[in-house]
Amino acid sequence: MTAGVPPAPVEGLTSTPNLKRRQSIAAIGRWIFILATAFAIVALGALAWYIISRGWGALSWGLLTNPPSRRPERAGLNLAIYGTLWIISLTVLIAFPMGVAAAIYLEEYAPKNRWTRMLQINISNLAGVPSVVYGLLGLGIFVEWLSLGRVVLAGALTMALLSLPVIIISTQEALKAVPWSLRESAYGVGATRWQVTASHVLPAAFPAILTGAILAVSRAIGETAPLLVAGAAGFVTRRPDSFDDSYTTIPIQLYNWMARPQKEFLDLAAAGIIVLMGLLVLMNSFAIILRQHYSKKTRW
Amino acid sequence: MTALSNPPNPVAIDTRPANHVSGAAEHADRVEPAVIQVRDLSVYYGQFHAVGGVTFDVPQNKITALIGPSGCGKSTVLRCINRMNDLVPTARVVGEINYHGVNINDPRVDPVGVRRRIGMVFQKPNPFPKSIYDNVAWGAKVNGIRANMDDLVEQCLRRAALWDEVHDKLQQSGLALSGGQQQRLCIARALANNPDVILMDEPCSALDPISTLRIEDLMRELIQDVTIVIVTHNMQQAARVSDQTVFFSLGENRMGQLIEASPTRELFTNPRDSRTEDYITGRFG
Repeated sequence: MTAGVPPAPVEGLTSTPNLKRRQSIAAIGRWIFILATAFAIVALGALAWYIISRGWGALSWGLLTNPPSRRPERAGLNLAIYGTLWIISLTVLIAFPMGVAAAIYLEEYAPKNRWTRMLQINISNLAGVPSVVYGLLGLGIFVEWLSLGRVVLAGALTMALLSLPVIIISTQEALKAVPWSLRESAYGVGATRWQVTASHVLPAAFPAILTGAILAVSRAIGETAPLLVAGAAGFVTRRPDSFDDSYTTIPIQLYNWMARPQKEFLDLAAAGIIVLMGLLVLMNSFAIILRQHYSKKTRW
Repeated sequence: MTALSNPPNPVAIDTRPANHVSGAAEHADRVEPAVIQVRDLSVYYGQFHAVGGVTFDVPQNKITALIGPSGCGKSTVLRCINRMNDLVPTARVVGEINYHGVNINDPRVDPVGVRRRIGMVFQKPNPFPKSIYDNVAWGAKVNGIRANMDDLVEQCLRRAALWDEVHDKLQQSGLALSGGQQQRLCIARALANNPDVILMDEPCSALDPISTLRIEDLMRELIQDVTIVIVTHNMQQAARVSDQTVFFSLGENRMGQLIEASPTRELFTNPRDSRTEDYITGRFG
Protein backbone atom coordinates (compact mmCIF):
# COMPACT_ATOMS: atom_id res chain seq x y z
CA MET A 1 0.00 0.00 0.00
CA THR A 2 1.46 3.28 -1.09
CA ALA A 3 0.53 5.84 1.47
CA GLY A 4 -1.27 8.94 0.33
CA VAL A 5 -2.87 7.41 -2.77
CA PRO A 6 -6.57 6.89 -2.10
CA PRO A 7 -7.92 3.55 -3.39
CA ALA A 8 -9.84 3.92 -6.62
CA PRO A 9 -13.56 3.74 -5.93
CA VAL A 10 -15.06 0.55 -7.29
CA GLU A 11 -18.76 0.61 -8.02
CA GLY A 12 -21.15 -2.29 -8.03
CA LEU A 13 -19.26 -4.67 -5.78
CA THR A 14 -21.67 -4.25 -2.93
CA SER A 15 -25.41 -4.01 -3.14
CA THR A 16 -26.80 -2.08 -6.07
CA PRO A 17 -30.54 -2.04 -6.89
CA ASN A 18 -29.94 -4.15 -9.97
CA LEU A 19 -27.91 -6.78 -8.06
CA LYS A 20 -30.50 -6.84 -5.28
CA ARG A 21 -33.32 -7.50 -7.71
CA ARG A 22 -31.48 -10.29 -9.52
CA GLN A 23 -30.41 -11.93 -6.27
CA SER A 24 -33.95 -11.88 -4.87
CA ILE A 25 -35.22 -13.58 -8.06
CA ALA A 26 -32.51 -16.18 -7.58
CA ALA A 27 -33.62 -16.71 -3.99
CA ILE A 28 -37.23 -17.21 -5.07
CA GLY A 29 -36.11 -19.83 -7.55
CA ARG A 30 -34.17 -21.62 -4.87
CA TRP A 31 -37.17 -21.77 -2.56
CA ILE A 32 -39.47 -23.08 -5.28
CA PHE A 33 -37.12 -26.00 -5.85
CA ILE A 34 -36.72 -26.66 -2.13
CA LEU A 35 -40.51 -26.65 -1.68
CA ALA A 36 -41.04 -29.01 -4.60
CA THR A 37 -38.51 -31.45 -3.16
CA ALA A 38 -39.96 -31.10 0.32
CA PHE A 39 -43.47 -31.74 -0.96
CA ALA A 40 -42.39 -35.00 -2.59
CA ILE A 41 -40.52 -36.11 0.52
CA VAL A 42 -43.37 -35.23 2.87
CA ALA A 43 -45.99 -36.92 0.72
CA LEU A 44 -43.89 -40.09 0.43
CA GLY A 45 -43.06 -39.96 4.13
CA ALA A 46 -46.75 -39.62 5.06
CA LEU A 47 -47.68 -42.57 2.86
CA ALA A 48 -44.89 -44.70 4.28
CA TRP A 49 -45.83 -43.72 7.83
CA TYR A 50 -49.49 -44.53 7.27
CA ILE A 51 -48.71 -47.93 5.78
CA ILE A 52 -46.12 -48.87 8.37
CA SER A 53 -48.18 -47.78 11.37
CA ARG A 54 -51.18 -49.61 9.96
CA GLY A 55 -49.45 -52.79 8.86
CA TRP A 56 -46.65 -53.19 11.40
CA GLY A 57 -48.87 -55.09 13.83
CA ALA A 58 -50.00 -57.53 11.16
CA LEU A 59 -46.45 -58.21 9.98
CA SER A 60 -45.43 -61.77 10.83
CA TRP A 61 -43.59 -64.79 9.47
CA GLY A 62 -46.99 -66.28 8.76
CA LEU A 63 -47.63 -63.51 6.27
CA LEU A 64 -44.66 -64.73 4.26
CA THR A 65 -45.20 -68.46 4.70
CA ASN A 66 -48.99 -68.95 4.71
CA PRO A 67 -51.12 -69.56 1.65
CA PRO A 68 -54.21 -67.39 1.23
CA SER A 69 -57.12 -68.12 3.52
CA ARG A 70 -60.59 -66.85 4.27
CA ARG A 71 -59.56 -66.35 7.86
CA PRO A 72 -57.32 -63.29 8.29
CA GLU A 73 -55.21 -64.84 11.06
CA ARG A 74 -54.27 -67.72 8.77
CA ALA A 75 -53.94 -65.77 5.53
CA GLY A 76 -50.52 -65.16 3.97
CA LEU A 77 -48.76 -64.01 0.86
CA ASN A 78 -46.64 -67.07 0.26
CA LEU A 79 -48.15 -68.15 -3.05
CA ALA A 80 -48.36 -64.55 -4.25
CA ILE A 81 -44.66 -63.99 -3.48
CA TYR A 82 -43.79 -67.02 -5.59
CA GLY A 83 -46.08 -65.72 -8.31
CA THR A 84 -44.46 -62.28 -8.27
CA LEU A 85 -40.95 -63.76 -8.35
CA TRP A 86 -41.88 -65.96 -11.29
CA ILE A 87 -43.50 -63.15 -13.22
CA ILE A 88 -40.74 -60.64 -12.56
CA SER A 89 -37.84 -62.94 -13.32
CA LEU A 90 -39.41 -64.13 -16.55
CA THR A 91 -40.29 -60.55 -17.47
CA VAL A 92 -36.68 -59.44 -16.94
CA LEU A 93 -35.36 -62.43 -18.87
CA ILE A 94 -37.61 -61.64 -21.82
CA ALA A 95 -37.79 -57.86 -21.83
CA PHE A 96 -34.24 -56.88 -20.85
CA PRO A 97 -32.27 -58.61 -23.62
CA MET A 98 -34.95 -57.83 -26.18
CA GLY A 99 -35.24 -54.19 -25.18
CA VAL A 100 -31.49 -53.61 -25.04
CA ALA A 101 -31.02 -55.35 -28.39
CA ALA A 102 -33.77 -53.28 -30.00
CA ALA A 103 -32.25 -50.08 -28.61
CA ILE A 104 -28.80 -51.05 -29.91
CA TYR A 105 -30.27 -51.63 -33.33
CA LEU A 106 -32.09 -48.30 -33.32
CA GLU A 107 -29.13 -46.28 -32.02
CA GLU A 108 -26.10 -47.98 -33.51
CA TYR A 109 -27.26 -49.70 -36.68
CA ALA A 110 -30.53 -48.36 -38.07
CA PRO A 111 -30.31 -45.60 -40.67
CA LYS A 112 -31.91 -42.35 -39.61
CA ASN A 113 -34.80 -42.05 -42.02
CA ARG A 114 -38.54 -41.47 -42.02
CA TRP A 115 -39.26 -45.10 -41.24
CA THR A 116 -37.05 -45.28 -38.14
CA ARG A 117 -38.33 -41.90 -36.95
CA MET A 118 -41.88 -43.26 -37.16
CA LEU A 119 -40.81 -46.35 -35.26
CA GLN A 120 -39.27 -44.12 -32.63
CA ILE A 121 -42.44 -42.07 -32.17
CA ASN A 122 -44.46 -45.25 -31.87
CA ILE A 123 -42.20 -46.66 -29.19
CA SER A 124 -42.44 -43.43 -27.21
CA ASN A 125 -46.22 -43.56 -27.48
CA LEU A 126 -46.29 -47.18 -26.37
CA ALA A 127 -44.51 -46.16 -23.17
CA GLY A 128 -47.48 -43.95 -22.39
CA VAL A 129 -50.24 -46.47 -23.11
CA PRO A 130 -52.28 -47.31 -19.96
CA SER A 131 -51.15 -50.62 -18.56
CA VAL A 132 -54.61 -52.17 -18.63
CA VAL A 133 -54.46 -52.00 -22.43
CA TYR A 134 -51.42 -54.27 -22.29
CA GLY A 135 -53.47 -56.59 -20.12
CA LEU A 136 -56.16 -56.78 -22.82
CA LEU A 137 -53.47 -57.35 -25.46
CA GLY A 138 -51.95 -60.13 -23.34
CA LEU A 139 -55.37 -61.69 -22.84
CA GLY A 140 -56.08 -61.54 -26.55
CA ILE A 141 -52.72 -62.72 -27.86
CA PHE A 142 -51.08 -64.92 -25.26
CA VAL A 143 -53.99 -66.33 -23.27
CA GLU A 144 -56.56 -66.76 -26.02
CA TRP A 145 -54.92 -66.75 -29.44
CA LEU A 146 -51.77 -68.66 -28.52
CA SER A 147 -53.90 -70.66 -26.05
CA LEU A 148 -51.30 -70.40 -23.31
CA GLY A 149 -54.09 -70.09 -20.78
CA ARG A 150 -54.06 -68.07 -17.58
CA VAL A 151 -50.53 -69.09 -16.67
CA VAL A 152 -47.23 -67.56 -15.53
CA LEU A 153 -45.79 -67.39 -19.06
CA ALA A 154 -48.76 -65.44 -20.42
CA GLY A 155 -48.52 -63.00 -17.52
CA ALA A 156 -44.77 -62.57 -17.94
CA LEU A 157 -45.08 -61.99 -21.68
CA THR A 158 -47.72 -59.36 -20.99
CA MET A 159 -45.48 -57.65 -18.46
CA ALA A 160 -42.56 -57.89 -20.88
CA LEU A 161 -44.62 -56.04 -23.50
CA LEU A 162 -45.43 -53.42 -20.91
CA SER A 163 -41.78 -52.96 -19.91
CA LEU A 164 -40.25 -53.09 -23.38
CA PRO A 165 -40.89 -49.49 -24.48
CA VAL A 166 -39.46 -48.09 -21.25
CA ILE A 167 -36.39 -50.32 -21.46
CA ILE A 168 -35.85 -49.47 -25.14
CA ILE A 169 -36.14 -45.73 -24.57
CA SER A 170 -33.94 -45.63 -21.49
CA THR A 171 -31.33 -47.82 -23.18
CA GLN A 172 -31.35 -45.54 -26.21
CA GLU A 173 -30.78 -42.54 -23.96
CA ALA A 174 -27.92 -44.37 -22.27
CA LEU A 175 -26.34 -45.17 -25.65
CA LYS A 176 -26.79 -41.60 -26.84
CA ALA A 177 -24.92 -40.38 -23.77
CA VAL A 178 -21.80 -42.30 -24.81
CA PRO A 179 -19.59 -39.70 -26.49
CA TRP A 180 -19.15 -40.05 -30.23
CA SER A 181 -15.39 -39.67 -29.82
CA LEU A 182 -15.27 -43.04 -28.05
CA ARG A 183 -16.86 -44.80 -31.02
CA GLU A 184 -14.64 -42.86 -33.38
CA SER A 185 -11.45 -43.85 -31.59
CA ALA A 186 -12.49 -47.49 -31.66
CA TYR A 187 -13.39 -47.39 -35.35
CA GLY A 188 -10.06 -45.64 -35.88
CA VAL A 189 -8.06 -48.71 -34.89
CA GLY A 190 -9.96 -50.89 -37.32
CA ALA A 191 -12.79 -52.31 -35.25
CA THR A 192 -16.06 -53.51 -36.72
CA ARG A 193 -19.36 -52.02 -35.64
CA TRP A 194 -20.02 -54.97 -33.39
CA GLN A 195 -16.57 -54.73 -31.77
CA VAL A 196 -17.07 -51.02 -31.16
CA THR A 197 -20.52 -51.61 -29.70
CA ALA A 198 -19.67 -54.63 -27.58
CA SER A 199 -16.31 -53.49 -26.22
CA HIS A 200 -16.84 -49.77 -25.76
CA VAL A 201 -20.35 -48.45 -26.22
CA LEU A 202 -22.24 -51.08 -24.20
CA PRO A 203 -19.84 -51.17 -21.22
CA ALA A 204 -19.87 -47.38 -21.04
CA ALA A 205 -23.65 -47.27 -21.25
CA PHE A 206 -24.35 -50.29 -19.08
CA PRO A 207 -24.76 -48.56 -15.69
CA ALA A 208 -27.31 -46.18 -17.20
CA ILE A 209 -29.04 -49.04 -19.01
CA LEU A 210 -29.39 -50.86 -15.69
CA THR A 211 -30.88 -47.77 -14.08
CA GLY A 212 -33.53 -47.67 -16.79
CA ALA A 213 -34.23 -51.36 -16.39
CA ILE A 214 -34.61 -50.94 -12.62
CA LEU A 215 -37.25 -48.29 -13.20
CA ALA A 216 -39.11 -50.46 -15.72
CA VAL A 217 -39.07 -53.52 -13.48
CA SER A 218 -40.02 -51.54 -10.39
CA ARG A 219 -43.04 -50.34 -12.29
CA ALA A 220 -43.89 -53.84 -13.46
CA ILE A 221 -43.62 -55.37 -9.99
CA GLY A 222 -46.38 -53.16 -8.64
CA GLU A 223 -48.70 -53.48 -11.64
CA THR A 224 -52.09 -54.98 -10.87
CA ALA A 225 -54.41 -54.09 -13.70
CA PRO A 226 -52.74 -55.84 -16.66
CA LEU A 227 -52.33 -59.11 -14.77
CA LEU A 228 -55.85 -58.90 -13.45
CA VAL A 229 -57.04 -58.74 -17.04
CA ALA A 230 -54.50 -61.17 -18.47
CA GLY A 231 -55.41 -63.93 -16.14
CA ALA A 232 -53.82 -63.83 -12.72
CA ALA A 233 -56.02 -65.91 -10.47
CA GLY A 234 -57.77 -64.18 -7.61
CA PHE A 235 -57.40 -67.18 -5.38
CA VAL A 236 -54.78 -69.87 -5.87
CA THR A 237 -54.25 -72.91 -3.73
CA ARG A 238 -51.07 -74.24 -5.30
CA ARG A 239 -47.61 -72.77 -5.52
CA PRO A 240 -46.61 -71.97 -9.12
CA ASP A 241 -43.69 -74.26 -9.93
CA SER A 242 -43.32 -73.75 -13.65
CA PHE A 243 -44.18 -71.25 -16.33
CA ASP A 244 -47.43 -72.99 -17.21
CA ASP A 245 -48.91 -72.94 -13.73
CA SER A 246 -51.66 -70.59 -12.68
CA TYR A 247 -50.52 -67.82 -10.39
CA THR A 248 -51.37 -64.73 -8.46
CA THR A 249 -49.08 -61.86 -7.53
CA ILE A 250 -48.62 -59.74 -4.44
CA PRO A 251 -50.46 -56.65 -5.73
CA ILE A 252 -53.42 -58.78 -6.80
CA GLN A 253 -53.53 -60.55 -3.45
CA LEU A 254 -53.49 -57.17 -1.72
CA TYR A 255 -56.20 -55.91 -4.03
CA ASN A 256 -58.35 -58.87 -2.97
CA TRP A 257 -57.74 -58.31 0.71
CA MET A 258 -58.62 -54.65 0.44
CA ALA A 259 -61.97 -55.60 -1.08
CA ARG A 260 -62.88 -57.62 2.02
CA PRO A 261 -65.11 -56.12 4.69
CA GLN A 262 -63.04 -57.26 7.71
CA LYS A 263 -60.70 -54.69 9.21
CA GLU A 264 -58.10 -57.44 9.80
CA PHE A 265 -57.71 -57.93 6.08
CA LEU A 266 -57.09 -54.21 5.59
CA ASP A 267 -54.29 -54.37 8.16
CA LEU A 268 -52.97 -57.46 6.44
CA ALA A 269 -52.97 -55.57 3.14
CA ALA A 270 -50.95 -52.78 4.73
CA ALA A 271 -48.47 -55.37 5.99
CA GLY A 272 -48.40 -56.86 2.49
CA ILE A 273 -47.48 -53.48 1.07
CA ILE A 274 -44.51 -53.40 3.43
CA VAL A 275 -43.48 -56.81 2.10
CA LEU A 276 -43.86 -55.60 -1.48
CA MET A 277 -41.77 -52.52 -0.74
CA GLY A 278 -39.15 -54.70 0.93
CA LEU A 279 -38.99 -56.92 -2.13
CA LEU A 280 -38.64 -53.86 -4.34
CA VAL A 281 -35.80 -52.47 -2.23
CA LEU A 282 -34.10 -55.86 -2.29
CA MET A 283 -34.27 -56.14 -6.07
CA ASN A 284 -33.19 -52.55 -6.58
CA SER A 285 -30.19 -52.96 -4.32
CA PHE A 286 -29.16 -56.00 -6.32
CA ALA A 287 -29.39 -53.94 -9.50
CA ILE A 288 -27.47 -51.09 -7.89
CA ILE A 289 -24.68 -53.44 -6.81
CA LEU A 290 -24.56 -54.74 -10.37
CA ARG A 291 -24.43 -51.18 -11.65
CA GLN A 292 -21.56 -50.27 -9.32
CA HIS A 293 -19.71 -53.34 -10.46
CA TYR A 294 -20.01 -52.37 -14.11
CA SER A 295 -19.22 -48.72 -13.65
CA LYS A 296 -15.97 -49.72 -11.94
CA LYS A 297 -15.03 -51.77 -14.98
CA THR A 298 -14.99 -48.67 -17.11
CA ARG A 299 -12.01 -46.62 -16.01
CA TRP A 300 -13.22 -43.11 -16.67
CA MET B 1 -28.81 -39.11 -57.72
CA THR B 2 -31.07 -36.11 -57.32
CA ALA B 3 -28.47 -34.46 -55.16
CA LEU B 4 -26.22 -34.55 -58.15
CA SER B 5 -28.77 -33.31 -60.68
CA ASN B 6 -26.41 -30.55 -61.63
CA PRO B 7 -23.04 -31.43 -60.19
CA PRO B 8 -20.37 -28.85 -60.57
CA ASN B 9 -17.54 -30.61 -62.30
CA PRO B 10 -14.79 -30.45 -59.69
CA VAL B 11 -12.11 -30.17 -62.33
CA ALA B 12 -13.88 -27.38 -64.15
CA ILE B 13 -14.16 -25.19 -61.08
CA ASP B 14 -10.58 -24.25 -60.95
CA THR B 15 -7.92 -25.78 -63.09
CA ARG B 16 -5.12 -24.31 -61.09
CA PRO B 17 -5.07 -26.90 -58.27
CA ALA B 18 -4.89 -29.70 -60.77
CA ASN B 19 -1.97 -28.06 -62.55
CA HIS B 20 -0.19 -27.36 -59.35
CA VAL B 21 -0.70 -30.80 -58.08
CA SER B 22 0.66 -32.50 -61.10
CA GLY B 23 3.73 -30.45 -60.35
CA ALA B 24 3.71 -31.67 -56.76
CA ALA B 25 3.18 -35.22 -57.91
CA GLU B 26 6.18 -35.04 -60.19
CA HIS B 27 8.15 -33.65 -57.35
CA ALA B 28 6.97 -36.45 -55.07
CA ASP B 29 7.77 -39.06 -57.68
CA ARG B 30 11.21 -37.66 -57.93
CA VAL B 31 11.86 -37.89 -54.22
CA GLU B 32 9.72 -40.63 -52.70
CA PRO B 33 7.04 -42.96 -53.99
CA ALA B 34 3.52 -41.81 -53.10
CA VAL B 35 1.73 -43.97 -50.54
CA ILE B 36 -1.52 -42.22 -51.16
CA GLN B 37 -2.72 -40.48 -54.28
CA VAL B 38 -5.84 -38.38 -53.88
CA ARG B 39 -7.50 -37.82 -57.26
CA ASP B 40 -10.37 -35.44 -57.89
CA LEU B 41 -11.87 -35.99 -54.48
CA SER B 42 -15.23 -34.40 -53.62
CA VAL B 43 -17.19 -34.72 -50.40
CA TYR B 44 -20.87 -33.87 -50.07
CA TYR B 45 -22.79 -33.54 -46.83
CA GLY B 46 -26.35 -34.02 -48.03
CA GLN B 47 -26.79 -31.36 -50.72
CA PHE B 48 -23.79 -29.38 -49.55
CA HIS B 49 -20.67 -29.74 -51.64
CA ALA B 50 -18.12 -29.44 -48.83
CA VAL B 51 -14.87 -30.03 -50.69
CA GLY B 52 -14.22 -30.46 -54.38
CA GLY B 53 -11.49 -31.16 -56.88
CA VAL B 54 -8.86 -32.24 -54.42
CA THR B 55 -5.82 -33.88 -55.97
CA PHE B 56 -2.50 -34.42 -54.25
CA ASP B 57 0.04 -37.08 -53.39
CA VAL B 58 1.29 -38.20 -50.02
CA PRO B 59 4.97 -39.17 -50.25
CA GLN B 60 6.19 -42.12 -48.25
CA ASN B 61 7.97 -41.63 -44.92
CA LYS B 62 7.26 -37.93 -45.02
CA ILE B 63 4.94 -35.64 -43.13
CA THR B 64 2.27 -33.99 -45.20
CA ALA B 65 0.50 -31.06 -43.52
CA LEU B 66 -2.96 -29.92 -44.54
CA ILE B 67 -3.47 -26.26 -43.67
CA GLY B 68 -6.07 -23.63 -44.37
CA PRO B 69 -8.74 -21.47 -42.75
CA SER B 70 -11.55 -23.00 -40.66
CA GLY B 71 -14.22 -24.82 -42.60
CA CYS B 72 -12.13 -25.28 -45.73
CA GLY B 73 -12.45 -29.06 -45.57
CA LYS B 74 -8.99 -30.16 -44.52
CA SER B 75 -10.33 -32.46 -41.78
CA THR B 76 -12.97 -33.73 -44.18
CA VAL B 77 -10.28 -34.69 -46.68
CA LEU B 78 -8.19 -36.30 -43.95
CA ARG B 79 -11.15 -38.37 -42.83
CA CYS B 80 -11.64 -39.66 -46.36
CA ILE B 81 -8.22 -41.24 -46.29
CA ASN B 82 -9.31 -43.88 -43.76
CA ARG B 83 -12.98 -43.92 -44.74
CA MET B 84 -13.99 -42.25 -41.48
CA ASN B 85 -16.62 -40.26 -43.35
CA ASP B 86 -18.49 -43.51 -43.89
CA LEU B 87 -19.69 -43.06 -40.32
CA VAL B 88 -21.36 -39.75 -41.12
CA PRO B 89 -24.80 -40.72 -42.42
CA THR B 90 -25.18 -37.81 -44.84
CA ALA B 91 -21.63 -37.81 -46.21
CA ARG B 92 -20.89 -38.93 -49.75
CA VAL B 93 -17.38 -39.22 -51.16
CA VAL B 94 -16.67 -39.05 -54.86
CA GLY B 95 -13.27 -39.51 -56.46
CA GLU B 96 -10.32 -41.77 -55.97
CA ILE B 97 -7.95 -42.30 -53.10
CA ASN B 98 -5.29 -44.73 -54.17
CA TYR B 99 -3.50 -46.40 -51.31
CA HIS B 100 -0.53 -48.37 -52.67
CA GLY B 101 -2.38 -48.33 -55.96
CA VAL B 102 -5.72 -49.59 -54.58
CA ASN B 103 -8.65 -47.22 -54.70
CA ILE B 104 -10.00 -47.40 -51.15
CA ASN B 105 -13.32 -45.95 -52.30
CA ASP B 106 -13.89 -49.06 -54.38
CA PRO B 107 -17.03 -50.80 -53.12
CA ARG B 108 -15.08 -54.02 -52.68
CA VAL B 109 -12.76 -52.40 -50.15
CA ASP B 110 -13.76 -52.92 -46.51
CA PRO B 111 -13.35 -49.69 -44.51
CA VAL B 112 -12.46 -51.74 -41.42
CA GLY B 113 -9.45 -53.13 -43.26
CA VAL B 114 -8.50 -49.62 -44.39
CA ARG B 115 -8.57 -48.26 -40.85
CA ARG B 116 -6.39 -51.07 -39.60
CA ARG B 117 -3.69 -50.07 -42.13
CA ILE B 118 -4.23 -46.32 -41.87
CA GLY B 119 -4.35 -45.28 -38.22
CA MET B 120 -5.78 -42.09 -36.82
CA VAL B 121 -5.10 -39.68 -33.97
CA PHE B 122 -7.88 -37.24 -33.15
CA GLN B 123 -8.07 -33.61 -32.19
CA LYS B 124 -9.11 -34.19 -28.62
CA PRO B 125 -7.10 -36.91 -26.88
CA ASN B 126 -9.62 -39.74 -26.61
CA PRO B 127 -8.13 -42.78 -24.92
CA PHE B 128 -10.55 -45.60 -24.21
CA PRO B 129 -11.87 -45.55 -20.63
CA LYS B 130 -9.67 -48.58 -20.01
CA SER B 131 -6.21 -49.21 -18.62
CA ILE B 132 -3.15 -47.87 -20.41
CA TYR B 133 -2.26 -51.44 -21.32
CA ASP B 134 -5.68 -52.20 -22.81
CA ASN B 135 -5.68 -48.93 -24.70
CA VAL B 136 -2.71 -50.12 -26.69
CA ALA B 137 -3.59 -53.81 -26.84
CA TRP B 138 -7.24 -53.53 -27.85
CA GLY B 139 -6.70 -52.51 -31.44
CA ALA B 140 -4.25 -55.34 -32.00
CA LYS B 141 -6.61 -57.76 -30.30
CA VAL B 142 -9.66 -56.93 -32.42
CA ASN B 143 -7.56 -57.20 -35.54
CA GLY B 144 -6.49 -60.67 -34.56
CA ILE B 145 -2.82 -59.80 -34.28
CA ARG B 146 -1.16 -62.74 -32.59
CA ALA B 147 1.87 -61.42 -30.83
CA ASN B 148 3.16 -61.28 -27.32
CA MET B 149 0.89 -58.52 -26.09
CA ASP B 150 3.23 -57.43 -23.30
CA ASP B 151 6.02 -56.95 -25.82
CA LEU B 152 3.73 -55.22 -28.28
CA VAL B 153 2.41 -52.81 -25.65
CA GLU B 154 5.93 -51.97 -24.48
CA GLN B 155 7.20 -51.53 -28.01
CA CYS B 156 4.32 -49.23 -29.00
CA LEU B 157 4.62 -47.17 -25.84
CA ARG B 158 8.34 -46.83 -26.43
CA ARG B 159 7.80 -45.74 -30.02
CA ALA B 160 5.30 -43.18 -28.75
CA ALA B 161 7.90 -41.92 -26.24
CA LEU B 162 5.58 -42.71 -23.35
CA TRP B 163 7.06 -45.88 -21.87
CA ASP B 164 9.33 -44.22 -19.33
CA GLU B 165 6.42 -42.25 -17.89
CA VAL B 166 3.90 -45.09 -17.64
CA HIS B 167 5.79 -48.40 -17.44
CA ASP B 168 5.03 -48.73 -13.72
CA LYS B 169 1.31 -47.94 -14.02
CA LEU B 170 0.12 -49.84 -17.06
CA GLN B 171 -3.05 -50.92 -15.27
CA GLN B 172 -4.15 -47.38 -14.47
CA SER B 173 -6.81 -45.69 -16.52
CA GLY B 174 -5.57 -44.02 -19.67
CA LEU B 175 -7.72 -41.06 -18.73
CA ALA B 176 -5.69 -40.41 -15.60
CA LEU B 177 -2.78 -39.19 -17.73
CA SER B 178 -2.15 -35.58 -18.68
CA GLY B 179 -3.44 -34.28 -22.01
CA GLY B 180 -0.08 -34.60 -23.75
CA GLN B 181 0.45 -38.10 -22.36
CA GLN B 182 -3.05 -39.07 -23.43
CA GLN B 183 -2.31 -37.94 -26.96
CA ARG B 184 0.92 -39.96 -27.02
CA LEU B 185 -1.09 -42.91 -25.69
CA CYS B 186 -3.43 -42.44 -28.65
CA ILE B 187 -0.41 -42.51 -30.94
CA ALA B 188 0.80 -45.71 -29.26
CA ARG B 189 -2.69 -47.13 -29.74
CA ALA B 190 -2.56 -46.28 -33.44
CA LEU B 191 0.89 -47.90 -33.71
CA ALA B 192 -0.30 -51.21 -32.27
CA ASN B 193 -1.76 -52.29 -35.60
CA ASN B 194 1.56 -51.53 -37.26
CA PRO B 195 -0.02 -49.15 -39.76
CA ASP B 196 2.04 -47.57 -42.50
CA VAL B 197 0.10 -44.32 -42.53
CA ILE B 198 -1.07 -42.32 -39.52
CA LEU B 199 -3.58 -39.53 -39.93
CA MET B 200 -3.54 -36.78 -37.31
CA ASP B 201 -6.41 -34.35 -37.03
CA GLU B 202 -5.04 -31.30 -35.21
CA PRO B 203 -3.38 -33.53 -32.64
CA CYS B 204 -1.90 -30.65 -30.65
CA SER B 205 -4.74 -28.18 -30.61
CA ALA B 206 -5.73 -29.21 -27.07
CA LEU B 207 -2.16 -29.33 -25.76
CA ASP B 208 0.25 -26.90 -24.14
CA PRO B 209 3.37 -25.77 -26.04
CA ILE B 210 5.73 -28.22 -24.34
CA SER B 211 3.50 -31.22 -24.99
CA THR B 212 3.09 -29.94 -28.53
CA LEU B 213 6.84 -29.93 -29.09
CA ARG B 214 7.12 -33.46 -27.73
CA ILE B 215 4.49 -34.66 -30.18
CA GLU B 216 6.24 -32.88 -33.02
CA ASP B 217 9.59 -34.47 -32.12
CA LEU B 218 7.83 -37.80 -31.95
CA MET B 219 6.35 -37.30 -35.39
CA ARG B 220 9.80 -36.67 -36.85
CA GLU B 221 10.99 -39.93 -35.29
CA LEU B 222 7.99 -41.92 -36.41
CA ILE B 223 8.40 -41.16 -40.09
CA GLN B 224 11.30 -43.56 -40.21
CA ASP B 225 8.62 -46.27 -40.31
CA VAL B 226 5.37 -44.56 -41.18
CA THR B 227 3.90 -41.83 -43.32
CA ILE B 228 2.05 -39.05 -41.55
CA VAL B 229 -0.69 -36.77 -42.77
CA ILE B 230 -1.50 -34.03 -40.28
CA VAL B 231 -4.20 -31.38 -40.27
CA THR B 232 -3.14 -28.31 -38.39
CA HIS B 233 -4.45 -24.85 -37.71
CA ASN B 234 -1.02 -23.81 -36.73
CA MET B 235 1.09 -22.64 -39.66
CA GLN B 236 4.25 -22.62 -37.57
CA GLN B 237 3.63 -26.25 -36.77
CA ALA B 238 3.23 -27.09 -40.45
CA ALA B 239 6.42 -25.20 -41.21
CA ARG B 240 8.28 -26.93 -38.35
CA VAL B 241 7.34 -30.55 -38.91
CA SER B 242 6.10 -31.16 -42.41
CA ASP B 243 7.91 -32.01 -45.62
CA GLN B 244 4.99 -31.21 -47.85
CA THR B 245 2.22 -28.71 -47.22
CA VAL B 246 -1.18 -28.72 -48.85
CA PHE B 247 -3.10 -25.45 -48.64
CA PHE B 248 -6.89 -25.44 -48.78
CA SER B 249 -9.18 -22.46 -49.00
CA LEU B 250 -12.84 -21.66 -49.35
CA GLY B 251 -14.10 -21.04 -52.86
CA GLU B 252 -17.50 -19.95 -54.12
CA ASN B 253 -20.54 -21.55 -52.44
CA ARG B 254 -18.40 -22.06 -49.36
CA MET B 255 -16.86 -25.10 -50.99
CA GLY B 256 -13.39 -26.04 -49.81
CA GLN B 257 -10.79 -26.48 -52.50
CA LEU B 258 -7.14 -27.27 -52.77
CA ILE B 259 -5.08 -24.24 -53.72
CA GLU B 260 -1.56 -25.48 -53.61
CA ALA B 261 0.43 -28.56 -52.70
CA SER B 262 4.16 -27.96 -52.50
CA PRO B 263 7.22 -28.94 -50.53
CA THR B 264 6.86 -27.10 -47.25
CA ARG B 265 9.86 -24.82 -47.62
CA GLU B 266 8.76 -23.81 -51.08
CA LEU B 267 5.17 -23.15 -50.00
CA PHE B 268 6.21 -20.93 -47.13
CA THR B 269 9.00 -19.05 -48.88
CA ASN B 270 7.83 -18.91 -52.43
CA PRO B 271 4.11 -19.70 -52.71
CA ARG B 272 2.86 -20.11 -56.23
CA ASP B 273 -0.64 -18.85 -55.55
CA SER B 274 -1.44 -15.37 -54.27
CA ARG B 275 -4.10 -16.86 -51.96
CA THR B 276 -1.49 -19.02 -50.30
CA GLU B 277 0.71 -16.00 -49.84
CA ASP B 278 -2.16 -14.02 -48.33
CA TYR B 279 -2.85 -16.81 -45.91
CA ILE B 280 0.68 -17.51 -44.75
CA THR B 281 1.45 -13.83 -44.35
CA GLY B 282 -1.65 -13.46 -42.19
CA ARG B 283 -3.63 -11.29 -44.54
CA PHE B 284 -6.69 -13.55 -44.22
CA GLY B 285 -7.88 -16.64 -42.42
